[in-house]
Amino acid sequence: MDFKDYYKVMGQPRDATDAQIKQAYRKLARKYHPDVSKEKDAEARFKELGEAYEVLKNPEKRAAYDQLGLNHRAGEEFRPPPDWGAGFEFSGAGPSDSVHSDFFEALFGAASRGRSRDSRGAFGQDKGEDHHAKVLLDLESTLLGGTRTFTLQVPHIDPQGHLVSTKRVLNVQVPKGILPGQHIRLKLQGAPALAPAPGTKGTPGDLFIEVEFQSHPLYRIDGRDLYLDLPVSPWEAALGASVQAPTPQGNVELKIPAGSHTGSKLRLKSRGIPAAPPGDLYAVLQVTLPPVKDDKAREAYQAMAAALPFNPRIALGV
Amino acid sequence: MSQLEPQVLSGGIFEEYTVLSLDDLSRMCRVESQHIVALVEEGILHSEDSSRADWHFSGATLRRARLALRLERDLEINLAGVALAIQLMEEVEQLRRELAGRF
Repeated sequence: MDFKDYYKVMGQPRDATDAQIKQAYRKLARKYHPDVSKEKDAEARFKELGEAYEVLKNPEKRAAYDQLGLNHRAGEEFRPPPDWGAGFEFSGAGPSDSVHSDFFEALFGAASRGRSRDSRGAFGQDKGEDHHAKVLLDLESTLLGGTRTFTLQVPHIDPQGHLVSTKRVLNVQVPKGILPGQHIRLKLQGAPALAPAPGTKGTPGDLFIEVEFQSHPLYRIDGRDLYLDLPVSPWEAALGASVQAPTPQGNVELKIPAGSHTGSKLRLKSRGIPAAPPGDLYAVLQVTLPPVKDDKAREAYQAMAAALPFNPRIALGV
Repeated sequence: MSQLEPQVLSGGIFEEYTVLSLDDLSRMCRVESQHIVALVEEGILHSEDSSRADWHFSGATLRRARLALRLERDLEINLAGVALAIQLMEEVEQLRRELAGRF
C-alpha cells in the first residue's frame, strides 16, 4: 500500500498546531465537500481530507502517525512496522461512515471501529444498517421505466476485520416517474444484521438509491416538469402557426399563438415526468432568424424593413 | 472482487408512499432522536403535525436530514449555519436551473 502524507493533504507543516489543523480542515472541507463543491474530484479529495483530519485532530493518532511518518514520502510503498500501535490507545472514530484508504485501515482501522460500533449498540443489532448510494440515470429511465445496471461500491467488514469496499453490480427496475433527488428503496439489500438475537439471522437493512439525471440533449428537468427550447421562425411567432414539436411520448402538433416571441412558454399538460401527478412539458419559444445567404433573402429583409416602421429599442428611449 | 447478480431487483419510490415517525427518521439517520428534534426546532426539517408525540415526516425529509447531518459533521458548523447553508444551496440550485434555460 502507499504511504499517505496527511500533512500534505492538509497543506500544513508537520509542526502545525491543533488550531491550524482545524482551520485548514474547515477551509478545505468547504471547498471539497461533495454536497457543496462543484470541483470534479470533490468526492475523492474530501475523503482524503476527512481521513487526514481524523488522524491529525486526534492527539494519540497524530503522535502514532508522526512516529512513523518521518521517513516516508507520499505514494511510497508502505508496510506498518510489526510493533505498530504498541503504546497507543486509539479512541473512537466518530460517526464517519466512509470507507478509508488501505493505509488508514492498516494503521487505525480495527481499533477505531471497535469503539464506534459499541456506541451504536443502543439502536439494536437485529436489523442491519441501511446502505445509501447515488446514481446518475438517463432521463428515459424515468419517462419510460426500464431496467438499468448500477455498479455500486459497498463498504463491508472483511474476515480480518478491515472495512473494505467491494464492487456490486445490480440490475434494477427503475420506477417510472421517479424524480431527481428521490430514492429507489430496495428492501433487504443493505448490510446484514451485525448481532442478531441468538438463533435468528436478523433482518438485513435496506438499500436506498438516490437518483439524479444526466443532462438531456432536448429537455431540461425542473422538479417534475420538463422544458424544451423550441425554435420558431419570425413569421410563425408573429402570425401564429401549427408546428411539430418533440415530446418524450412522441412528436405532437403544437399551435403557436400569433404574437408569440422568444421566451414565450407553451404548456403541454402532463407531458413531463410521469410522476403522480405527472409533470408538464413547457416549450420555450426561440425566434430564429433565417440567415441571409443570397440576394433573394436580402431583398426579403429589405422589403420587410421598408414595409414595417419598427424600432425595437423604443423602450430604451433611443 | 466483483459479484454479479443477474436477477432484476425492483423497489418503490421511497418518497411517494412513506411517512416517517421521529423514531424511523433517527434510526435511518443513525442519530439519537434528540438530534432530529434539534433539526426540527432549527426549522431545517418540518413535521406534518405540531405536537411532538405525533410528529410525522414526509419521505423526502430523509434526504434533507442526511444532508443536514453531513454538513454539521463534516464542516463542523452549528445548526443555524446548517440551516443557512441549506437555504443558500437551494437558492443556488434554483438559480442554476433558471440559468440553464437562458443559454
